[in-house]
This record gives sequence, structure tokens and C-alpha cells, in this order.
Amino acid sequence: MKSQMNWVHAWLLLTPALLLLFAFTHYPAVVTFVDSFFSTPRGQRPAKFVGLDNYEQLLNDDVFWQVLWNNFLYAIGTVPPSIALAIVMALWVNSKIVGRPLVRMAYFAPTVLPLIAVANIWLFFYTPGFGLIDQIRGLFGLPHQNLIGETDTVLWAMMAVAVWKEAGFFMIFYLAALQAIPPDLREAADIEGTDAWTYFRRITFPLLMPTTLFVMVNATINAFRLIDHIFVMTNGGPDNASSLLLFYIYETAFKYWDTAYGATLTVVLLVLLSVLAIGQFFFFDRKVHYR
Amino acid sequence: MRASAAGLSFDRVLNGAAAWILAILWMLPLLYAIWTAFHPAAYEARFDLFAPVTLENFGKAWNAAPFARYFLNTFMQVTSILVAQFILCTLAAFAFARYEFPAKNLLFALVLLQLLVMPDILIVENYKTMRALGLVDTILAIGLPYMASGFGIFLLRQTFMTIPRELDEAARIEGAGPLTVLWKVYVPLAKPVYLAYGLVSVSHHWNNFLWPLIITNSVETRPVTVGLSVFAAIDSGIEWSVINAATLMTSGPLLIAFLLFQRQFVQSFMRAGIK
Amino acid sequence: MNRFLKKFSCAALAAASSLAIAGSALAVDLQFYFPVAVGGKAAQTIEALTADYVKANPGVKIDAVYSGSYQDTVTKALTAAKGGKPPQLSVILSVDMFTLIDEDVIVPFDDLVTSDEDKAWMKSFYPAFMENSQTGGKTYGIPFQRSTPVLYWNKDAFKKAGLDPNTPPANWEEMVEMGKKLTVKDSSGNVTQWGVRIPSSGFPYWLFQGLTTQNDVVLANSDGNQTNFDDPKVVEALTYMVDLSKKHGVMAPGIIEWGSTPKAFFEGQTAMMWTTTGNLTNVRNNAPFEFGVAMLPANKRRGAPTGGGNFYIFKDSTDEQKKASVDFVKWITAPAQAARWTIATGYVAPRPDAWDTPAMQEYVKDFPPALVARDQLEHAVAELSTFQNQRVTRIFNDALEAAITGKKEPEAALKEAQKKADAVLKSYR
Repeated sequence: MKSQMNWVHAWLLLTPALLLLFAFTHYPAVVTFVDSFFSTPRGQRPAKFVGLDNYEQLLNDDVFWQVLWNNFLYAIGTVPPSIALAIVMALWVNSKIVGRPLVRMAYFAPTVLPLIAVANIWLFFYTPGFGLIDQIRGLFGLPHQNLIGETDTVLWAMMAVAVWKEAGFFMIFYLAALQAIPPDLREAADIEGTDAWTYFRRITFPLLMPTTLFVMVNATINAFRLIDHIFVMTNGGPDNASSLLLFYIYETAFKYWDTAYGATLTVVLLVLLSVLAIGQFFFFDRKVHYR
Repeated sequence: MRASAAGLSFDRVLNGAAAWILAILWMLPLLYAIWTAFHPAAYEARFDLFAPVTLENFGKAWNAAPFARYFLNTFMQVTSILVAQFILCTLAAFAFARYEFPAKNLLFALVLLQLLVMPDILIVENYKTMRALGLVDTILAIGLPYMASGFGIFLLRQTFMTIPRELDEAARIEGAGPLTVLWKVYVPLAKPVYLAYGLVSVSHHWNNFLWPLIITNSVETRPVTVGLSVFAAIDSGIEWSVINAATLMTSGPLLIAFLLFQRQFVQSFMRAGIK
Repeated sequence: MNRFLKKFSCAALAAASSLAIAGSALAVDLQFYFPVAVGGKAAQTIEALTADYVKANPGVKIDAVYSGSYQDTVTKALTAAKGGKPPQLSVILSVDMFTLIDEDVIVPFDDLVTSDEDKAWMKSFYPAFMENSQTGGKTYGIPFQRSTPVLYWNKDAFKKAGLDPNTPPANWEEMVEMGKKLTVKDSSGNVTQWGVRIPSSGFPYWLFQGLTTQNDVVLANSDGNQTNFDDPKVVEALTYMVDLSKKHGVMAPGIIEWGSTPKAFFEGQTAMMWTTTGNLTNVRNNAPFEFGVAMLPANKRRGAPTGGGNFYIFKDSTDEQKKASVDFVKWITAPAQAARWTIATGYVAPRPDAWDTPAMQEYVKDFPPALVARDQLEHAVAELSTFQNQRVTRIFNDALEAAITGKKEPEAALKEAQKKADAVLKSYR
């Protein structure tokens, strides 16, 4: 009787949250999957079942393959650097350097600034000729370069913006973790004469592992989600060299109004994220006890 | 605490210098925004110490778009999301932390799934849902997909589980119902978590762009980010001085708030055990 | 609170419009989306014009919504229409006509105007602008916020290069020759001033269409279902554009950003630039040197695309609303209002008689470059527009960008684009 009462209570507590979760996460995920087997309704023509046609289109769509590859590079180019920088920043801010609050604020400021607006500033930095980077290069007599106007460099330029935006945010998590490491470990290491690098490698880094897992999952999701600057700076160009999967989904669904193909692309993104997350959990499960 | 050998202090100077170089690099966009916002447009690409200072750009930006309205929209959106998240996540987390019920593990897994399948990605279908509900172009629609947060539920559940059951039982013996216990015992003890989570949520939704871009159509609902993008996207070229003035104006309050509270912010993260 | 107000006003609107159907003399409510694509006073001017109209017509209420860029506006209008709450009228890119027809959200003006006077009104616009408004014998858009690209040049730079500061290049060869003289390098061989700048970011097809028109080739048919991307003359035009940087070295390599182009011109980074007439006011206010404005240079002929937005009337509204919408469009495109609009923004007044108004005469006397765009109209053609316009122009843009960045040869890139465009458009033939 009591336990039954209990689980009625539990269900009542859960209902509001679960209702919203189902409505805006699970339901749309399922419907996306279903929609990917139908055609896009247009004007007078309703949607009809087309089987795997959308997936066939996907396989033959070279823009899709390029965008997928771009996104893969974008993930590789943003996740490890932002994690590494976040750790370095946290170590610095946690040590006794001059003007620590100011440094901490500098690292953290990008988190607060809206990317959509700051992208305009980065656009200026990257502008060939009178842009900031070229002005600085000019001081050293280096030639102008068109970082976002060439297919070879544009994606790297976008990654730099993303790393700038993210690293300070992740730093906060590391900072909290560092401050929770008992100071006597450090003292013990000092007595044994352990050098700083060994201490970091053997003590600090392993202790930061749960944070790293958490940050890594977040950074990976961001690599597929953080596309605001693409809107302002490149629109995915030149020739799709900086287009990412979510940007392509947006274009397909809300510019070309091809919602069925947009759904198909979303399915790919969902599958990709699941595989990555499962992989990360498996990989780290042996090294971390995360509860 | 640390041995002050010459080698170490050299190390410290080196580290300090590197930290500062990175800090300056990281601040450049903000410094540039401040530079352009307070100088005439002619100095957007010229860094002259004697450039005249002006407040004109702020006036221009303020008059060029209804930023006061955008600001209010963002404020309402962020607040409504935050309040809903606190309530919904607290209730759900409490259930997961302290109750046994059928399908508990399955449901928790479904909650965690949202860490992965974020509403940001499901724009196509969520748009259709909002249309069916007649909520397109409302502030509610901007927030609705985010109000039940998998991350929030997970975080609070972890926190609630660390709270000793004895406290809980003591309160119950005194005749308190479950909601009273939640409110009197669990919520106060989880304060740092609420603060940390709240700050993350606010900064995320303050800067969110793609979903509001899709779901809003009018000045009455458009948040600052969408307003800024609308304002900057003009064919006649980018006016950095005005755009940056607008950027500073709209993110200034958040920037200052974080500046003032950054210590508490980090500490609450530490106490929240988000690590 | 706000939501409540919003819902309330929606309900009020619905109630008001149902009353209007009932034939009462109550006010007609119109929602009107407008994009702003140029800086300056565009938004204020539209709002002021709308307010004037409402003042003169007490029976009509107009809610003018500033809907962002052109891209935002069409997205907003379509999403609103699909959600069953379309605006009654909107200014949307002229090239989106086929998309709007395809989505079945607009009505042709022919169905709404019946009197001879109204029919004459529809004929009063520049034919170059109407090309993008008509298909299948019907008129779907009324030109309003229209532009065309022109060439701006820096007279000081011309003087320094030993060129006549009052003679811009008249044809392709001259642009290259002058460009070479205008390209300045510093001691270490870095270019400090380029000869010419044709921006190619975002929507390179538009300025490129200047080159194809000058090369006497049309990019798409007027039914909007057949493109001509791999025509040898198109390939020739693209080769010329690529060669400006690759062979002649008069233009910066890679994709050139549209948004920073005026600034580059002001900073003396380029001696000539191609950009919209919508920039006239901006350049006039900010160029720290004497500048000139000219028609784009000719090759086989003179030529330029038109651009910008038309008025469209949405299907899902009452007859009263449609009638009131037409009336408003007629008023705002009338000579006096069109002149006011042009003077405030730099857009090209869409009908000849607007240029004869006293206000306009005075403006032109004070600022003769404003006339260049008008004079170019006789050589201008419709902007590239097809069914599935966004997708087809994206395919074309990709090809142009691939050629400009040197990823593909012009011919190969354009052949591929044509193939892709065919695949998209074949169901519309």
C-alpha cells in the first residue's frame, strides 16, 4: 500500500517534466524518423510515402558528404583544442598569477557575448587588407591573406571562433574540479620532489577525468550545434567549405522548404550523435567511475 | 606553501606572462567592440590613440532598432525558462532520487537522452509542433522545448542523492509531506547547484539564436540575438561601429553581472560538484 | 503578460476581420512585412509612409513589421502562411516569386484590379523591373524596393594612377587596363590597393549576372524552369571574372566579402567597386575622397541585373483586405511617395514619372550620380529567378565560388551546376 502510494507520488512529480520532454524531444525525434520516408508536401501536393527515396538522394548528394566531412573536421578541430585550452586556463587561473580576476574574466567573457554579434567582429579580424590579422601581419611585411574567402582556410577560421567561444566556459568546470583536489596531495608531491609536469600527468589529470568526460560530451555536441557564426560570416561558403550539418539542415528545411529531406538529414545527425556518445561512454567507462 | 626556489619563480613569471598573453588574445574581440563603439566609423580599421571619442554610435543603434523591446523579450524568455526549469527539474529529480517506482531506470535513461538529442537539433519537427499548437511567434514557444531539461534533472538528482536520508526522515517524523520536505530540506541544501545551473541556463538562453530565429516573426517576440542579426544583415555593408555599440548595449548587463559574481559563480560550481 | 496581450490582439484581429466580412464599415486591418537591406533611414521611411497613409485613410489600420533581411522576410512570410497567419502584404525579393507561387500563398494583381485606371497603373513601371514580376501572363509583384548594381570609382586614386578621374572604364578591356594601373604594391610586393572589387560572398550570382548580361546571355527562361548555366558565353564571363585576379592581378584572390566592400573602398583598398545603388547614400556620407558612379562596363552589350524587392499580396486574407492592400500599394508606389523613398534610401524609383516630381528633380540636381541607375535600367534584365529559387541559385553560387577559389575550372563547375539545376527543375517543365 505504502509503496503504491509512493510510486503514484513519483509519477505525479515526474509528469510535468516528462510531458514536455516527450513533446519536444522524444516525439519529434520519432517523427523525424517517420518523416524521412515521406515526400515534402508543397502547395497543393500532400506528402506521400516514398520509401527510401530520401536516403537515396542523401547518398547521391555530394554537398551532404562534404558537409559531413566538414563537420567531422570541425569536431576534431574544436573538441580537443578547447579542452586542452580549458585545462591550461584553469591551471593558470587556479595558480597565483598577477591580476588573476582579470585574467579569469578575459577567459570567460566569450561565453557571455552572443556569438551572432561577435561573429561580425571576427569577420573584421579576418578581412583581407584592412582586417586586424592582416594589419598585424603587415607590420612584419607578411602578405595579405583571405582566410574566410578560400576553401582551404575557411573551416579553420570558423574553428578558431568556436574554440574562442567555448574554452572559457569549459574552464569553469575544470576550475571547480581543481579547487576540489585536496591540497595535501600537492604537499606530498613537493616533499617527494615531483616536478610539475609529472604531478599534472600522474595526479591532476586523472583526477580531472570525470570533468573531461563531461566536457568532452558537451564539446562534441557543440561541434554539431554551434553554428551561429556560420550564418554571419560565410553562409556555409565558399562552395560549402564551411557548411556544417545543422546549417545544412536549416538551409534545406527553412530556405529550400524541403522538410522531408531536412528530416532525413536530422536522422543522420541523431544517429551520429548517439554513436559518438555511446563510444565516449564506453571509452571512458574503464577509466572513470561516474556516479 | 610552495618552494620559492629561483627556478620555480622563473617558472611562475613565464606562466604568468603566457596566461596574460592568452587573456589579451581572448579579450581582443571585446576590446575591438569597445574601440569601435566609442569612436566614429572612420576609425573602425584605424587604431589611432588620438581618435575622437563619441557616444553617437549608441544613439544610432538605439534608434535603428527597437532594442528596448528585444531586451524585454529576452528577459522574459530567459526568466520564464529559468523558473520553469527550476520547478520541473526539481520535482523530477526528487522523484528519481528518492522514490522507487516501475520503469524508473527506463525513464531516467529517456531523460538522459536529452543530453544528446537536444531541442536545438530538432528544429524541423518542433516547428511543426508549435504550428499545430498555434504557438508560432510567441515567447512561450521559444522557451517550451527547453523547459524540461535533461541536464537539470540529472544534476539535481545527483545532488539530492548526496543529501543524508536522516534529514529527510527527521522532517517526515515531524509530519511534513513530501513536497514540504523537498522545499524545506532538499532545495535549501542544493542552493549552489541552482545558482550554477541557473547561470549556465541564463547565459545559454540569452545567447541562443537558431531556434528563436525560426520561431519568432515580430518585434514583440524577437530576442536580442535575433534582433542583432536582423540589424546587422544589411546589403550596404557592415557598420561595425553601430553593430558593436548594439552588441555592447545588449550584452552589457550580462557581462557586468558575471563580472561582479564570477567568484560566487566558480564557487557554486565547486560546491555543486559539477566536475 | 505579453503573451496574453498578443493572444488578445490576435483574437481582436480575428474578430475585426470577421466583422469586416460581414460588410460593416469597421476598420480593415493589414499586416505588412518589410525587409531592410540598406542602412540609413529605410525602416523609418517605410514606417513614416505607412503612418501617413493610415492618417489619410481612417478606415485602414496597417501593422508594419520590420522583418529583417530579405532572407528572413521570405522565411517569415512563408512560415506564417503555412501556420495559417500570413501577412496581408509583404515586400519580398522579386526572385522569390516562383517560390511563393509554388507554395500557393500569393495572388496575382490581375485578379484584384479591374478598372482601366488600375490596369494602366500596372503598366506604369519600368519594364526591366516588371520582368521579375510576371510569369504566365500574370503580374504577381509590384516593384518597390528595387536596385541595380553600379560601378563606384575613387577619383583620387585615378588621378594618382595618371588616369582621367572623370572617365570610368567603359568596357571589359578598359576595366582590366585601368585596373592594372590602379593596382598599387608596396616595397615588399604586397598589394595595398587593388584595381577593382567585385564582391562574391553569399550571393555571387547577382553581380556575376552583370557580366553574363554584358556577354549577351540569359541565365534562365521566364517560366523559371530552365537554366542556361553551361552556355559558352556564361563560361566566358566566369573566365573573365576569375582572370581578373588569376591572370591580370587586378582583383584580390578568393571570395571577396560583400559586407566589407564599402569599407574597403573607403579605406582605399580598392580603386573601383561593384555594388548596389542601395549604397549611394552610404558612400556619399562616408567616402573620404571624391568618387564617381557609372554604369557597369560593357562587353558585347551593356547590361546589369535588377535586384531588390516587390510587393506581393497574400492569398489567405479577406476580399476587403486584398482591396485595401492594392490601394496601399498603389499609394506607396505613386510618384510622390516613390520619390521620397528613393531620396531616403538610394533605391531606384520604379516608375519614370517619379523622376519628374519636383523633389526628385532637386535631389538629382544636387546629386547627379543618382541618375546612373535609372539610365542603366534600359540595359537591365531580370534577376536570375526560377522555381525552387533558393536551391537553384545556391547550386549556381557554389559553382561560381568553386571557380573563384580555383577549386574547379569555370567550364567544369558550370556544367556540373547545370546538371544539378536540371535535376531540381525537371518536375516543373
